Amino acid sequence: MNRKRLRKLVGKTGFGLLLSAIMLFTVFPFYYAILTSFKSGSELFKVDYWITTFNLENYQSVLGQSSFVSSIWNSILVSTSAVAIAMGFGLTAAYALGRVHFRGRGTVLMIVLGVSMFPQVAVLSGLFEVIRAFDLYNDPLSLVFSYTIFTLPFTVWVLTTFMRQLPKELEEAAIVDGASPVVTLFKVFIPLMGPAMATTGLLAFIAAWNEFLFALTFTLTDDQRTVPVAIALITGGSQHELPWGHLMAASVVVTVPLVVLVLIFQRRIVSGLTAGAVKG
Amino acid sequence: MTMADPTVTPANADAGEQSLARSVPLKRRHNRVHRQRLRAAWMFLIPMLVLLAAVAGWPLMRTIWFSFTDASFSDISTYSMIGFENYLVYDNGAWYGVLADPSWWRAVWNTLYFTVVSVGAETVLGLIIALTLNAQFRGRGLIRAATLIPWAIPTIVSAKMWGWMLHDQFGIINNLLMTLGIIAEPLNWTANSDLSMWAVIMVDVWKTTPFMALLTLAALQMLPSDCYEAAKVDGIHPVRVFFRVTLPLIYPALMVAIIFRVLDALRVFDVIYVLTSNSEDTMSMSVYARQQLVEFQDVGYGSAASTVLFLIIALLTISYLYLGRKQFGGDA
Repeated sequence: MNRKRLRKLVGKTGFGLLLSAIMLFTVFPFYYAILTSFKSGSELFKVDYWITTFNLENYQSVLGQSSFVSSIWNSILVSTSAVAIAMGFGLTAAYALGRVHFRGRGTVLMIVLGVSMFPQVAVLSGLFEVIRAFDLYNDPLSLVFSYTIFTLPFTVWVLTTFMRQLPKELEEAAIVDGASPVVTLFKVFIPLMGPAMATTGLLAFIAAWNEFLFALTFTLTDDQRTVPVAIALITGGSQHELPWGHLMAASVVVTVPLVVLVLIFQRRIVSGLTAGAVKG
Repeated sequence: MTMADPTVTPANADAGEQSLARSVPLKRRHNRVHRQRLRAAWMFLIPMLVLLAAVAGWPLMRTIWFSFTDASFSDISTYSMIGFENYLVYDNGAWYGVLADPSWWRAVWNTLYFTVVSVGAETVLGLIIALTLNAQFRGRGLIRAATLIPWAIPTIVSAKMWGWMLHDQFGIINNLLMTLGIIAEPLNWTANSDLSMWAVIMVDVWKTTPFMALLTLAALQMLPSDCYEAAKVDGIHPVRVFFRVTLPLIYPALMVAIIFRVLDALRVFDVIYVLTSNSEDTMSMSVYARQQLVEFQDVGYGSAASTVLFLIIALLTISYLYLGRKQFGGDA
């Protein structure tokens, strides 16, 4: 009996340690970024494990920098527009792919999946030519256009999966009532797709918000950049100055909204990720 | 398609005297509806396909085209065709071109190494986290939420965060390892050629393990509980149950997640570019191609490298699509 209890205790402690390790592994780097963002000057030379100083200087300087603020606006504009375009084209396509049986559906689905696996660098020079031709170089609009390459296939793919899960009876009732496919889509399906659209939109938004390669290549001046590029290019005022406090403050500013969104929608996100991958 | 009971719908109220007389117009109507739906389906698909062609198909074709030219980044509109010279050419007793460049092969090797090690580590760690989260305990929701944090953080930000933690003089990781007595001297993680690839892998594992863990967890939660009860009654050791029951059952879902991650890892760019910039030790195929294209302004040569990368990924994707075709439920 005693041995059994001891084994149970060891098991419980082991499990607790495992959980703490997982927690530490996932949360610590973000915690450390927050900790660093409150430090400035020589405080950065000292390694701390706990938050000892609480200095908002770095936040003030980051948010007081007009190019950083405009990069936040650029990111919001680019990501929202890219998601809106992908949603507009994706919903109708997902209806066709998810609800109508037609020849070639499998081929279209494979094209969509194939494009979502494209290495971005493979279209870089071709896209650059297109962007130059439309005179969009160093313009956030070039990013709205180019981000479609990953937001659109993703949106189509995930929405198709969600569309398929809706009951058939709804549509049959609409057909019997003589509703056209357009009416069926807008009056029957779209009202029901709310949660699925929120999930898909959020995931596509995060992907667009985090994109780096196109943003780095297609924009040139500080006020046209998006947030990831702005952060990647932060340097110290002089060669000997460590920009880390400043950099971590900028990182926290652009990450906290995402983390909050993800925590609020965590169940939905998990369902969206599994719809995108496992069921594919 | 089965029609709903026609007697209750207004559209058929006037046609309902005898069931025999009714079935003919219904069938005609059915065909008409079906044709209308087919037409609508293509009307809905064509805008999406045109947009995909504009944003992916056309640029890809132009990239392949450019790979046979000597175009430059500063002036992309004037160029001349030079055939396969960007790929491979024999000139004056030496081979030139992407396929003869040791840096390219180094990048190929780096990418493969990165892919195998990081996806392998992510799979194992993800599996451990998923199995832990699959157990019942208080605060499970909290831990599951915490695992999503690394996934939500932009790759650039995580690379910078880790860059700071791995800083050679003031980084917390060197400090921790020295306090614990594991190392005597601070290590230069991102610049030391033996360590920099491991630094990159560390960041990538941190960032993408949650994705693997959540996908694995979703698969675990769909497993039937009866075979576990049977195993428990028979007194089979949990480790044995894992390898004999759990792993085979989640294997298909796990494979899909692994393939997604492999294809993603093969085009890796951000984390390497930010953490170690253009260092030869960690340069991936994407970093190599972009460096040629943008920094060296050699669009032709960079496009050739991009095309080779595309072919490698396309080959893998096609074999995956071919192997996984049954899953799509399409009627191709």
